[in-house]
Amino acid sequence: MDNPIKKLNKDFESRVRLGVMSVLSVNEWVDFNTLKDLLEVTDGNLASHIRSLETNGYLEVKKQFVARKPKTSYNITQKGKRAFGEHLSALESLLQ
Amino acid sequence: MKKTEKHLHDLNEIRQIMERSTKFLSLSGWAGILAGILAILGTAAAFLYLDNRAISYETLLTLPQGDTASAPLSFLIADAMIVLVLALSGAVFFSYRKAKKSGEKIWSPVTKRLLFQLAVPLVTGGILVLILAGQRNVHLVAPFTLVFYGLALVNAGKYTTREIVWLGIAEITTGLAATGWSQHGLWFWGAGFGIYHIIYGITLYHKYDRKTVTHG
Repeated sequence: MDNPIKKLNKDFESRVRLGVMSVLSVNEWVDFNTLKDLLEVTDGNLASHIRSLETNGYLEVKKQFVARKPKTSYNITQKGKRAFGEHLSALESLLQ
Repeated sequence: MKKTEKHLHDLNEIRQIMERSTKFLSLSGWAGILAGILAILGTAAAFLYLDNRAISYETLLTLPQGDTASAPLSFLIADAMIVLVLALSGAVFFSYRKAKKSGEKIWSPVTKRLLFQLAVPLVTGGILVLILAGQRNVHLVAPFTLVFYGLALVNAGKYTTREIVWLGIAEITTGLAATGWSQHGLWFWGAGFGIYHIIYGITLYHKYDRKTVTHG
């Protein structure tokens, strides 16, 4: 028998990582400060969670300069989309 | 079961974050109600003015452009502009207040997207109407402001609450009817910008504003 709990992705257990994936799954290229405002978290906290998502290959990073200020934006990868989609389906099937 | 609660909480949070990051949710019902009242006052002012000069809107449309027509036309344009500026200021004020209350940021990427989607049809319609007025097609001004305003609202529907799409469709329909019966353009204008906004505002207030008030 398939156990849906096993399909829950440990990478998305934290509230912040779940939030980042939610925002990126419906928006293209979101910058750091917008994410910070949407999720209401501190710089350091967000940065460390983003790094772990990036290491897992769930999101891609773009660094650019806008008005001489560095701006870092994030986009979800195919792998991230798939992983997050599976996590969502697992959550839903657990609640049925 | 505790686990189930956490999963439910997670799903709810995901849904909320998705909505908050793609939609501007700080549009207030009060802005719609205020815009509607202003438009009705503006329409009443237009009728009173024309009445005082003993010309009807219908005859104004057929007057050749010149001294007799230019004063009433200037009055109508100024009247509409004042309504527009006051209604927009009201919308900004009430949105700002609502965003502040709910702790949302008013100037976000979503706001920019929403404004862009509104601006394209509105600016196009505005320029078109000015050209038409200059070419003595005054009868098309009131209907076309309704049509393009409606298009702007439908266009913006993706980035805010869905009710705005229904308001947009109502405005487009009324604008098309007003094009067909352009001699009654002022009445259609008053209905479209006045009455519809009030209905929309009340709907929005009942659905969203009241909830935030009762939850503190």
